[in-house]
Amino acid sequence: MRRSLLFIPADTPGMMQHADVFDADAIIFDLEDAVLPDEKDAALTLLDHYLQSFPLAATEIIIRINPMDSPYAARDIKGVVCDQIDTILLPKADLKSLKKLDQTISKIESDQHMTKPIKVIALIETPAAVLDAALIAQAPRVDGLLLGGEDLATALEVERTSEGMEIFLARSLIVLAAKAHGIDAIDTPYVNSRDLEGLAADARRARGLGLNAKACIHPNQVETVNVSFSPTPEDIAYAQKIILAQKTHDKGVFAVDGKMVDAPVIKRAERLLEKARHWKLVKP
Amino acid sequence: MKTGVAGSVASHDCLITVRPHDRLEIIIESIVHAQFGKQIEHVINETLRELGIRKLYVHINDRGALDYAIKARLITAIKRLEETNA
Repeated sequence: MRRSLLFIPADTPGMMQHADVFDADAIIFDLEDAVLPDEKDAALTLLDHYLQSFPLAATEIIIRINPMDSPYAARDIKGVVCDQIDTILLPKADLKSLKKLDQTISKIESDQHMTKPIKVIALIETPAAVLDAALIAQAPRVDGLLLGGEDLATALEVERTSEGMEIFLARSLIVLAAKAHGIDAIDTPYVNSRDLEGLAADARRARGLGLNAKACIHPNQVETVNVSFSPTPEDIAYAQKIILAQKTHDKGVFAVDGKMVDAPVIKRAERLLEKARHWKLVKP
Repeated sequence: MKTGVAGSVASHDCLITVRPHDRLEIIIESIVHAQFGKQIEHVINETLRELGIRKLYVHINDRGALDYAIKARLITAIKRLEETNA
């Protein structure tokens, strides 16, 4: 269950070895944009030795590799796919690159007798990928779609704004594609790491559309994102009332606090309480 | 002179320079030399032993790097030296 996914450059030992103190649900060690071409070899070797030295059992470990059509991808995959990681984040994802990635990972999993399957998050950052989101969501291993707002804006030849209208449709399509196939809809990072009020407003808009998590580019964004994508105490109290009332009603439809409650509302309340328990916002 | 360099002088990192030499020589500069100088030398020696290298000049400018970072930076520096020689 993800709310916050924190990017950490894979060539920064100082940040990497403190990764588990930031309270992010997932850490994305970045081999792509955060690492200069001349340092790709050093980052991969550093990440390999880091993963062997620092077990992060409570945090999902995600590796953003370089795009499949780059000269670095094959080496990245060979270097990082192991039982110490959970997920690969694939940039410039499309159906062809996802298929190739799946085949490559499958061979390594088989050769190394790995104990758990590696998941994939597809980074949706081109107009074509947005239009193909529903198909990408069904690709092997994919358990999340992450919107890459900056690259998408570049491709659309628009400026990113604080209101985010330029990515409204992309966010909505990603939500529909992800939710139709039961996987995570993850929002693009908010790039001004000093503006926490702007981040909170951006996260509210994303959550309002149905996105359930958000990438972070700075540790100081994690708490705001976690709060924004967690149920509030009021949400939890109301959901508990619904579940309690359900036990005392023998009808499919009843009222709580004057509001109609039926099966979809009960299901939403159950899901909300499941999240609240997972994130230890209520007692189990 | 051909050299291989890897790492940085950022906090918790180290900058390692290697070059061909007629013997093994390890020069350590570290902000924590008094406490960890011997451990740094041990990591370098162990890594070179694993790689089967007996002769090399190794200079490390350490900014508080942990063992994994020292080892990774040394391996990268040696690979880069080998690529220079190739």
